[in-house]
Amino acid sequence: MTPITPVHYIVLSAALFTIGVIGVLVRRNVIVILMSIELILNAVNINLIAFSRQLGDPVGQVFAIFIICVAAAEAAVGLGIILAFYRNKETVNIDEMSLMRW
Amino acid sequence: MIDLIVLPLIKIVFVLTGVLITVMYLVLLERKVQAWVQARLGPMRVGPHGVLQPIADVVKLFVKEDVTPARAEKWVFTAAPIIVLVPALIAFAVIPFGPEVNLFGRPVPLYITDLNVGLLYIVSVAAIGVYGIILGGWASNSKYPLLGSLRSSAQLISYELAVTLTFVSVILAAGSLSMVEIVEAQRNNGIWFAFVQPVALFIYFVGALAETNRNPFDLPEAESELVAGFHTEYSGMRFALFFLAEYTNMIVVSAVATTLFFGGWLRPFPNVEWLSFLGLVPPWIWFTLKTFALLYLFLWIRATLPRYRYDQLMQLGWKWLIPLAIANIIVTAAVKVVLGS
Amino acid sequence: MGEAIAFYTLAALILGFAVLVITARNTVHSVLFLVANFLFVAALYVLLGAQFLAVIQVIVYAGGIVVLYLFVVMLVNLKRPPEAHRDRRRKAGLGLAFSLVILAEVVAIAVFGLVQPAHLAAPKAPLPPEAADNVQQVGWALYTQYLVPFEVASMLLLVAMVGAIVLARREL
Repeated sequence: MTPITPVHYIVLSAALFTIGVIGVLVRRNVIVILMSIELILNAVNINLIAFSRQLGDPVGQVFAIFIICVAAAEAAVGLGIILAFYRNKETVNIDEMSLMRW
Repeated sequence: MIDLIVLPLIKIVFVLTGVLITVMYLVLLERKVQAWVQARLGPMRVGPHGVLQPIADVVKLFVKEDVTPARAEKWVFTAAPIIVLVPALIAFAVIPFGPEVNLFGRPVPLYITDLNVGLLYIVSVAAIGVYGIILGGWASNSKYPLLGSLRSSAQLISYELAVTLTFVSVILAAGSLSMVEIVEAQRNNGIWFAFVQPVALFIYFVGALAETNRNPFDLPEAESELVAGFHTEYSGMRFALFFLAEYTNMIVVSAVATTLFFGGWLRPFPNVEWLSFLGLVPPWIWFTLKTFALLYLFLWIRATLPRYRYDQLMQLGWKWLIPLAIANIIVTAAVKVVLGS
Repeated sequence: MGEAIAFYTLAALILGFAVLVITARNTVHSVLFLVANFLFVAALYVLLGAQFLAVIQVIVYAGGIVVLYLFVVMLVNLKRPPEAHRDRRRKAGLGLAFSLVILAEVVAIAVFGLVQPAHLAAPKAPLPPEAADNVQQVGWALYTQYLVPFEVASMLLLVAMVGAIVLARREL
């Protein structure tokens, strides 16, 4: 068995990223789309931490903390928007959120 | 090999058995204390003074019918009690019951493991327990459990903040996140952190009452309004798991309070020479005694105080405890900077 | 050897739960799979010697963010499933095609990386997996070199908090 190198972690994180992208592009439920974005952010974090270990530098972990911060802010505001929208139109389908569409 | 696998396994088995037996007898103790406060006798029938009552209770819970409501989400309904209980039990992994001792000629630490993020680990497993409560209420597909679980999770999340903030001031005082090193710091300072951080201790204790859903904050299962809260639809063994989790959580918060504020396994006044005869009592007995003193406080409060209203609970948490905890952190940090330089 | 077993197990679990998150019909089940996914990602961080990040991941993601999702899923008590509405203009096939392009890119990177791993294989000075001072290292970097970004992040959280409260009020 080959030793685990950063390449393995990159492939894992890229696969997770792809799953997240598929979720964003294919699903119609806004809540699931937001969750797919969380998956994408996690994929990025895995990458950062794998390189942090490879380079022996904690900076990657610091950046991962910032990403978690941004994810928390994104989730709070995004879910607030979903709730406000749901109160007006009783739907969480992204295709029906087309008021601002050209 | 022995140090890596066998020894931890033996310790885990010991801790789990000990905790489960303690929970059984904690229930009996609770009923007895309530009874004495109200000038009654409590359970007296099974065994002398009711000492075999817990066994009878367990047998009863085992043979009861296990009902699943007709339109419940079956998988989630089954998983919820397990999700509540497991985090409560795995929190014991980092609780130090005693220092390293020599057993059969090899050094054996009286804790399962000593993580360098031990205190944060306890916060994180407590955070997982919330899911079981939300899901249990939701999966029952019934109104009172859903309301109870929403109340309960809002309460847990609010008070978790205050409790975590008190941990920060203790970490500042101890200079470490490891549970063992926090106890050692209290030995080196020669004083329990209960005297260094009285405000933190107060906030922690109030928060702990709320986090374990105990009186005066037992709103999630307020009988007069919500039947039994999130576990209304549960019966038999699954209800027993919720019950077990509540009492296990009580033991966890008492053990954490003992470790953080009352010197863990240390004897009282660890640095006073002429009291050294207290050291004849083994450290783990001191730990158990302190934990049980705190548990008794839980039972005493239940027998004494009436229940808070829901808006009062939220006001207390957000408008008093959290600002107070933040102020406490600032004062602690300021004192540390002044004394350190 | 042990690391390889742990890595492959965790990777399989992470990817499996991620697939379940985006395929589950019931949104509550989706949220549950997301929690499981985050917990295994945290375990992967422990494997990488980042214990502090692992604990933060569990506290913030599993204990905070996903609970928010669960609350919203329960508040948004849907009378008709969101997937029932069909939009003629929707091009899910195109989305899938784009995703497959990204997948192809990933496979290309993987093949390239496994064919020529020489540049990356030698770590300069890896953090020891049991780095006893992981918390100190991260804290030191966070509060000295990255102090300004740290303060900016705290402002971002404050703004998000105010924004979320304003959005969630009854009368917008």
